[in-house]
Amino acid sequence: MNGEEGFRDGEAVRVKSHFKAGHVRTPFYIKGKTGWVERCYGEFRNPESLGHGGDGLPRVRLYLVGFRQKDVWDGYDAASQDKVFVDIFEHWLEPAAQAGP
Amino acid sequence: MAHEHGPGEEHEAGPRHELSHWAKRAYAMRALLIEKGVVTEEDIRQQAELTESRTPANGARLVALAWTEPEFKARLVADPKKVCAEMGIDATTLNEFVILENTDRVRHMVVCTLCSCYPRPILGRPPDWYKSFNYRKRAVNDPRGVMREFGLELPDEVEVRVHDSTADMRYLVIPARPAGTEDLSVEELEKLVTRDSMIGVMDALPAVPE
Repeated sequence: MNGEEGFRDGEAVRVKSHFKAGHVRTPFYIKGKTGWVERCYGEFRNPESLGHGGDGLPRVRLYLVGFRQKDVWDGYDAASQDKVFVDIFEHWLEPAAQAGP
Repeated sequence: MAHEHGPGEEHEAGPRHELSHWAKRAYAMRALLIEKGVVTEEDIRQQAELTESRTPANGARLVALAWTEPEFKARLVADPKKVCAEMGIDATTLNEFVILENTDRVRHMVVCTLCSCYPRPILGRPPDWYKSFNYRKRAVNDPRGVMREFGLELPDEVEVRVHDSTADMRYLVIPARPAGTEDLSVEELEKLVTRDSMIGVMDALPAVPE
């Protein structure tokens, strides 16, 4: 679960659909999509602060998040096992019900 | 013959050409940064030389060694920056570095949909197509179509994994070792490892028959 411990590997997550002005590293196409935490990369300075001359602190957890392509794009081959992986900071993720890979 | 210089361009050697709006802006900023003492001409020259000196040869050497030495590959996957340091490749400017290995069943392909994030210390400057809107858009939603345009037709049963490097991680693909290369030396193998194969849009080059 999200919180002190962060998300666990394999945990289902959804990318928040917020719009936030300024320098944001969450691509538009993945907002609102559900995937799973493949792994946590550790904590990094927050680009949403760094991009505007800030110090990027406090550091935020960065996750490798996997998505089935057919869950991301309308019209992607429904039989396909293809996946897209996106590096997403923790505050853009929320727990989701859907199962993992 | 007289020609126009852009602002701050006086120290640039070489032929002149008409500057675009954005180039004029870049030169104006450069002139301001020098004038205000933020950077010097020498800083800029050294950075330009560093940028030009880095080539995909670094990545090709890592891949060729990974093909030939399982123990090296295991260490490279576990701690790529440490292995780079041991080999004299300066990867210290990379925040983090992740190795993706292609297999018979899984293929990796790298993009940065937000800009042009790229493992520059290992692969040098990204190709123009990598930075194009076309690649950045289609690499995520039609990776098989993009690979087809590079000449690669993948069977349906091979799983394609696209990595969108949106944050601090930089990705390097180890392409599959071409068939019939068992007797080649590391130096010969390096020549088969193309930049595009390490981005993941193509295979390594086939071995040239004797």
